[in-house]
This record gives sequence, C-alpha cells and structure tokens, in this order.
Amino acid sequence: MSRILLVIFLRDLMLARRVGGGGVLGLVFFLSLVTIVPFAIGPDLHLLSRIGPAILWIAALLASLLGLDRLFQADHEDGSLDQMLLSPAPLELIILVKCVAHWFVTGLPLVMLSPLFSLMLDLDGPALWAVAATLLVGTPALTFLGAIGAALTVTLRRGGLLLSILVVPLTVPVLIFGVSATESGTVPFLTPFLVLSALGLASIALAPIAAAAALRGAGQ
Amino acid sequence: MDIARRCNLLIEDLSVARGERVVFGGVSLRLDSGEIAEVTGPNGVGKSTLLRAIAGFLPLRSGRMSWAESGTTDSATLAERLHYVGHLDALKSALTVRENLEIGLGILGRDRLTPLEALARMELAHVFDLPVGYLSAGQRRRVALARLLIADRPLWLLDEPLTALDQHARTLLKAIVADHLKSGGLMLAATHEPLGLPETIQVRLRAI
Repeated sequence: MSRILLVIFLRDLMLARRVGGGGVLGLVFFLSLVTIVPFAIGPDLHLLSRIGPAILWIAALLASLLGLDRLFQADHEDGSLDQMLLSPAPLELIILVKCVAHWFVTGLPLVMLSPLFSLMLDLDGPALWAVAATLLVGTPALTFLGAIGAALTVTLRRGGLLLSILVVPLTVPVLIFGVSATESGTVPFLTPFLVLSALGLASIALAPIAAAAALRGAGQ
Repeated sequence: MDIARRCNLLIEDLSVARGERVVFGGVSLRLDSGEIAEVTGPNGVGKSTLLRAIAGFLPLRSGRMSWAESGTTDSATLAERLHYVGHLDALKSALTVRENLEIGLGILGRDRLTPLEALARMELAHVFDLPVGYLSAGQRRRVALARLLIADRPLWLLDEPLTALDQHARTLLKAIVADHLKSGGLMLAATHEPLGLPETIQVRLRAI
C-alpha cells in the first residue's frame, strides 16, 4: 500500500517537473501580485507594512487556486484516474498523496520565498517570520480545500473559474486566522496560529473524503 | 501464473442508468476461467457503459455482480482483480514508455512480467526509453495493452481493443489473449470486429 502511494507521489513530482507550468507559474503570479499592490496603494510605507500580511495572504490564496484545476483533470482526461480506481489503495489516500505532491510543487516554494516578498512590502523581523509561519501551516489547507473544488469540476473543460467561486468561500476561515496571527498588537500570535493549524489538519483529514466522493460521482 | 486458478464472474440482470436515462437493462452473463465474451451491438447501445459498470466506475441501477476465485486467500474486491483498457490509454505523453509502465505496475500491484518483457511481447522493446508523446496511435495502444501483462489480474475488460492496431499487432494481441485464457483468465471485450477466438460467448446489447 505505501509503495503504491510512493509511486503516485513520485509520479506527480516527475510530471510537474517534465510538464512544467504549475509551480513556477504560481510563484511568478504571486510575485506579480505582491509587486503590483504598492503601485496601486501609493508611496505610503506605513500603510504598506500594516496591510502587508493581508496582501501576502490574498496573493498566496490566488496563486494556490491557479494550478488547482489540473489537479485531477489531467488524470481524468487521459484515463489515469480509472487505473487509480482499480488500485488496491483507497481513492481517499491516493487523493491525499496527490494533494501533498501538489503542495510540494506549488505551496512550498511560495512559503520559502515569502520572507523575500515580505521585504518588498516593508515587513520587518517578527512580522516577516510570522507571515512565513502562517503560510507554512495555512497553504496546505488551501490546497486540500481546493482539491474538493478540483474534484467537483473535473469534467468541466473550463472549470478553473467555477473552481475559484466554489473554493474561495471555504477558505475564508483560513484567511481570517492566517492574517490575524500576523497582526501584531491586537491578538497574541499563538491563539490564531493554533486555530489555523487546526484548520489545516482538519482539511487534510476531511477534504480527501469529500474529493473522493466527488470523483466517484464524476464518472456518471 | 498458476493453472489451478479457477475464477468466475456472475452478472445477473444488470441495468445501468446515466442520469435519468436507462442505458441498458437485463444483462446477464456467466463467465468462467478460460472463457471469453464479446459484447456487440450498434453504436451508442451501451457496450462501453457495460464494461465501465463492471469495472465499478459507474453505479448500478439494479442487478448484481459477484466474483468468486479459488486458490487465493486474500479478500480482494472485483475492482482489484480486473484490468480495464478503454478508449483512453492512461499514458502520460511527457513520460517515457518505461516510466509509464512502471507507474502502471506501481498503481495496480501484483507484478507478473517486467515492463520490458511485457513490451517485448507487444514487439515494442525498441521504444522502451522514448517518451510516449513520440509514439503513433497504434504504438500507444500496444503500450496500453502491455500493461495487461505486467500486473497479474484474472479478468480483462477491453473496450475496442483492435482500434488502431495493424494486422500484425492484432495477431500479437490474439496470442496474448489466448495465453491469458489458457492460464485460467477471463476476458470481456466490447468490439465491432470479432477477435476470432474459438468458443466466444456472444453478448448482444439491443437498444431499449
């Protein structure tokens, strides 16, 4: 069983590397969002550093949504999903592994580069690391919640937009606690951070079940 | 491969609906080790749907299926005991033939022939390290059929297996199917062109 899951994990990493697009594109999109906001807001450094964490979080949310529509669609279109349904491994675990691989390719680079992008928004010391920490535990939640939308829209040729509309409301709690953990002064860091971690763990545990149910129904 | 394996697939009064529309109803079939059945009928009558329903990809509207197997002790479900090769070949163009077959084996489990041996049976060993994207439609289909040989599963469900195959590849496929049946396997094919194997059970679907 664990061998099957390892094969699928390595397969998805290999495909991401060969086919390209997804991860790097998301990162560039993230960068362009973070770059464009200061132009819109104007040269007010104080304002910028106050809303910086919120900008980074919204950029991370939009960048995560970008590559999600292909998460299951590519495998559905070429019949690979049928082979996965015939596997001895339960579909729920296969989805879990696919989401983890997707996060490795799209979420993790975002987290690792976020301190650099934070500097561009004039965040300093503690706030900078707080944003990176919240993104580290928050982006998996975005990926897994997005997997539900990706599974529901797997048969739609242009499902990307519908996926975003379906997923964005689900991510509101993640966004609220992610940003409030980084706001210095109003609340202590740890309380919203722990709620955010709980949201992440809950979505990892529950979203694969919902996505598997959606994918099984997609064949009809 | 154990010759002593005895399997049997029993389908009783199967009907499948897509949405509100009943695609077909009242299909019954009994298939034992070494037997092959061909599902025939005009386009759109539900041949592919029948195979996909047996594979477990579609919910049944009514009827039941049962799978019995002697000589094994594990409690594998029907879905874990069958191969399905449909119109979509489940191959990734960006990966090589070797990688595709190794992944196929990894997902299905229970290895029988190595990917290279299986590909040699389909006389395609020379493309082993080429990306699948470079292959022709017929070659892709042969790679997809080679997957039948790398994972040991007794029931083969083939949807139009002869599509895109040339005369030589058709005889290769027939030989592979004959070997499979001889070793106690079962096969159900949806096809317009008979494979021409002796003692084929005919399942005719009619429009309802």
